[in-house]
Amino acid sequence: MNPEVCEILSILNRDGRTTPETIAKLTGKSLDEVNGAIGEYEKNGVIKRYNAVIDWEKVGFDKVTAFIDVKVVPARDVGFDAIAGRIARFPEVKSVWLVSGGSDLRVIVESVNLKELANFVAEKLATIYGVTGTVTHFLLRRYKEDDVLYLEAENNERLVIAP
Amino acid sequence: MSALKPIATIASQLPVSGIRRFFDIAASMQDVISLGVGEPDFVTPWQIREAAIYSLERGQTSYTSNWGLIELRREISAYLEKRYDVSYSPEDQILITVGVSEGLDIALRTILDPGDEVLVPEPCYVSYKPCVALAGGIPVAIETDASDNFAIDIERLEAKLTSRTKAILIGYPSNPTGVTMPLAILQNVVRFAEENGLYILSDEIYDRLIYEGEHTCVPSIAGAYERTILFNGFSKAYAMTGWRIGYICGPASIMSTMMKIHSYTMLCAPITGQKAALEAIKSAEPQVLDMVSQYGQRRKVMVDGFNAIGLKCHLPQGAFYAFPSVAATGLSAEEFAERLLFEQRVAVVPGTAFGAGGGAHIRCSYATSVEKIELALTRIKTFVDQLTAVSI
Repeated sequence: MNPEVCEILSILNRDGRTTPETIAKLTGKSLDEVNGAIGEYEKNGVIKRYNAVIDWEKVGFDKVTAFIDVKVVPARDVGFDAIAGRIARFPEVKSVWLVSGGSDLRVIVESVNLKELANFVAEKLATIYGVTGTVTHFLLRRYKEDDVLYLEAENNERLVIAP
Repeated sequence: MSALKPIATIASQLPVSGIRRFFDIAASMQDVISLGVGEPDFVTPWQIREAAIYSLERGQTSYTSNWGLIELRREISAYLEKRYDVSYSPEDQILITVGVSEGLDIALRTILDPGDEVLVPEPCYVSYKPCVALAGGIPVAIETDASDNFAIDIERLEAKLTSRTKAILIGYPSNPTGVTMPLAILQNVVRFAEENGLYILSDEIYDRLIYEGEHTCVPSIAGAYERTILFNGFSKAYAMTGWRIGYICGPASIMSTMMKIHSYTMLCAPITGQKAALEAIKSAEPQVLDMVSQYGQRRKVMVDGFNAIGLKCHLPQGAFYAFPSVAATGLSAEEFAERLLFEQRVAVVPGTAFGAGGGAHIRCSYATSVEKIELALTRIKTFVDQLTAVSI
């Protein structure tokens, strides 16, 4: 990949709030170039979205998260895509991946409580035509997610002045 | 009872580092943004720390060979061969030291007789001259000029050459100026050393932190290998300052004597640090590249910022220091640094700490976050604007 392309994207990947002005300073490009490039990335879907990574538990908002392994029968012509797309469109579903191994799809579902999540699995997911089985794993504790550690911060205090 | 005899003259007359004084003041203040730190702001990459923890879990807490772990020396040998096409035998040409600092000390003690002179281009790292003095030698400063990008002038070397001159001590990319030395000049330095039978001591601890061009490893220059002692280590590239692991490479004939001193004074570098270094050299290349890329970005922010404020700053090619001139303010570097600290709570190091040539400059490290760099620049601008307003 073109390293210049990587540079703007990796800056935004590190901190989505970095302003185009700062990116211009960091990369030595003009503001117009940076704005142009970011506009293109957004238009082409290279940049999907800018969002904050939030620790909901810290604000007392307990969500229930489940990882669901789904076995499906692939359909003619469309393989797994039709069912995967159907599952992916539910708002409770955060991610859907086709994976290798014992099951076919891995789905992450978030819900406000256990009952709603159970209902979703029993009534929506398991009843989709072609779904032959589900195994649900509940999230118990988060240690790292999307590159962010949910652990005590590392403390590396440097001297104020050092040679 | 008679009076206690005085301590050694050389030691007692050694000047206190110019950095020390600022450290004491800055450390006692609140809300200081420090651009005075000569070490990475990154934490050592995790897999390196994890390897060290694992080695402790397995009870690896003993001395190592005086030379250092053979696996580590083999990796360093392969690394230097691959990266710079210089060949050092892991058996008897690579010595693991407690940082470059120890390496420098034993190298100087190995080559110097009392009264021997060492040419030291300035501005340079704070320890060079004191280490020469402690080894019984006489450091001979060679001035370089900001207007010439701090290039070594061979005529100035020749002017300071005496029958006692034994070595030249250089370090590029440079702490504090951030400059690299063009190949043509290094070739002239090597030729000068060849003509006069001198050793070259080359501290290349910042070799990986280069933002323009390629690093020249001095022993790879024609004619240099047989007279050069190469210093490097893990502190800067791998964010491993606290582990204290460095290494020296050189001709086997000199290495055996350096190793003798090392074996009596240090015995060996700490094993946990060596285990960590082994993991670093084997697996941390992607993290090195990522850190270098971030330093490179911050460098632009800082240098553009100083030039916009009116403090002339050359674009450093390496290390993580900007070295702007404060001459335009009418203040000396010491006055500037001290007043900036008290009035705007930004800590920088006056260039005088690094020798005469740095007198009109301040050293500012960009091994700190972009937010802090920008805030520091805002405060420095306020400070400089106030100075200018007063002088009108």
